[in-house]
Amino acid sequence: MDEPLLSVQNLTTVFDVPGHPVVAVDNVSFEIRKSETLGLVGESGSGKSVTAFSILQLLQHPGRITGGSVLFQGRDLLALPENEVRKIRGAGIGLIFQEPMAALNPVMRVGAQISESLIVHGLANKREARDRAIDLLRAVRIVEPETRVDDYPHQLSGGMRQRVMIAVALACRPPMVIADEPTTALDVTVQAQILELLREMKNTFDVSLLLITHDLGVIAETADRVAVMYAGRIVEQGPVRDIFRKPLHPYTQGLLASIPGEGTGARLRAIEGVVPNLATLPPGCTFAPRCPYRMEVCTTAVPALVDIDPGHSVRCYLHSDRAEARVMTTPVMTV
Amino acid sequence: MALVEVRHLVKHFERGGGFLRAKSVVRAVDDISFSIEAGETYGLVGESGSGKSTTGRCMLRLIEPTSGEMRFRGEDVLSFDRSRLRAARRDMQMVFQDPYSSLNPRMKARDIVEEPLIIHRIGDRAERRDKVAELFRLVGLDPAHLLRYPHEFSGGQRQRIGLARALALNPSFVIADEPVSALDVSIQAQVINLLLDLQERLELTYLFIAHDLRLVRHICRRMSVMYLGKIVESGDSASIFAHPQHPYTRALLSAIPVTDPDAPRQRIELDANLVNRDAPLRELAPGHFAAV
Repeated sequence: MDEPLLSVQNLTTVFDVPGHPVVAVDNVSFEIRKSETLGLVGESGSGKSVTAFSILQLLQHPGRITGGSVLFQGRDLLALPENEVRKIRGAGIGLIFQEPMAALNPVMRVGAQISESLIVHGLANKREARDRAIDLLRAVRIVEPETRVDDYPHQLSGGMRQRVMIAVALACRPPMVIADEPTTALDVTVQAQILELLREMKNTFDVSLLLITHDLGVIAETADRVAVMYAGRIVEQGPVRDIFRKPLHPYTQGLLASIPGEGTGARLRAIEGVVPNLATLPPGCTFAPRCPYRMEVCTTAVPALVDIDPGHSVRCYLHSDRAEARVMTTPVMTV
Repeated sequence: MALVEVRHLVKHFERGGGFLRAKSVVRAVDDISFSIEAGETYGLVGESGSGKSTTGRCMLRLIEPTSGEMRFRGEDVLSFDRSRLRAARRDMQMVFQDPYSSLNPRMKARDIVEEPLIIHRIGDRAERRDKVAELFRLVGLDPAHLLRYPHEFSGGQRQRIGLARALALNPSFVIADEPVSALDVSIQAQVINLLLDLQERLELTYLFIAHDLRLVRHICRRMSVMYLGKIVESGDSASIFAHPQHPYTRALLSAIPVTDPDAPRQRIELDANLVNRDAPLRELAPGHFAAV
């Protein structure tokens, strides 16, 4: 099997809030292979966005990576000096944000924003970069790219801005793109167009995609594999069909069950309770307080992530008997 | 007789204009009609800019409509003077989308829920406080948290505070404008279930404004689809989902992400040339209308 393009191992990110450090990302491990899409799904506070920011080392104070490694094309990004990491951002890993209006510079023409990274990374001179910007705008299906290249972000619709963001992320032809809730701020019909475009870009530019979202529909349509995060930990990981056909973790099952079905007027199957406060996490499984299958052991120690089927792993005592040997050998680190 | 009847509702906003420049008119709500039976949950669906929220606000006269009628128990709310409108508003309330911006951050949760009772001069202080505690329990909040501020609650709890405030005056009609779209998936279902429970217990009638078609189909038996200020399709939700007639409805339904990795995907792009803005709503099947 070929080397993964990105390999995140035991990544741990802590926010140093006075009094009690908050572990936002707790021993997160996953791999992304060439041309593969990994969907990272979770609700607010699950740590999915902090994971992305940790990979690119864009964390702001008081956030701090306290452990783990991020191997990209075989190099550990966490061990690189800042000027080397800067070369990876944009040229190695492109980034698409949720809010294109907040991520784009409002006083800079969109063409200049697309070509900026080409010039910064020394991949083109000014004139070539402008031509490349026009080509990219055409690639992301913007009509009349020759004139749109001189527009400012406010002259574009929300969907067009997100297309520009995708063009910015792809400008340097990075082998990988991280998209953080790329469709959340958009209308349903525009969302469908952007998803279509992402799939198309993935094929045209042959990029690997880390897709971060809370929307299981987006995951089902786009991802090859899925990692489900809850309160800073990955609780289940597997091929997209396994996750949707035979979810193992009670949280994944609850998320899928709470999606409205075809019936009318019936109660939805909600997950009771609330997402725990990261500063005061319960001991053991963080989902235990909301879990309908809670056992005594769940509140004592954090269950390990164990393989159940090839490539399908879960962090839950309900399934630990099927892989007991591994539980014993997998150390569980707590901070 | 329908509890709520909207007839030919119009809201135009004037935009721009200035020295030697003509104003332009935005037809945010452009002659729409629908009616809601007592006890039902009626869905109003559309994307941003469709006019669905403006419609809700016009119905309660939070903004004044340009023309049309909004009949509540047979009487036209738009013709009411200030004092009658004030009395009528006790019976018609609104729950807003964003529980982060719609609650006053400087007020305690108790005061937010109590305020409508004070404004409408209901009960003395002790009675009002009892009522607030009762409302807290009704929406599933812990009365021990009465003195907390909005930022001390989670998004789902804040939406419950908004709901408790809306229910303080025992309304019979509640307009819920995207009540769960700002909430996490696992919390959305809780709030929807609460809305359904309250409807049963308090015999409420809802207008449910949303962009999430899956959700609307689940809780509304009847619905209207809005596009650029007009209703382009309306009728039984099941019928609209099974046999969408208007090109916009078809595009919208095909755009819903399917939570099945193996489901066939056929996106239908909206061809603007297929939309005839002047087409009237026609009954294409019993109770199923479309502007084609």
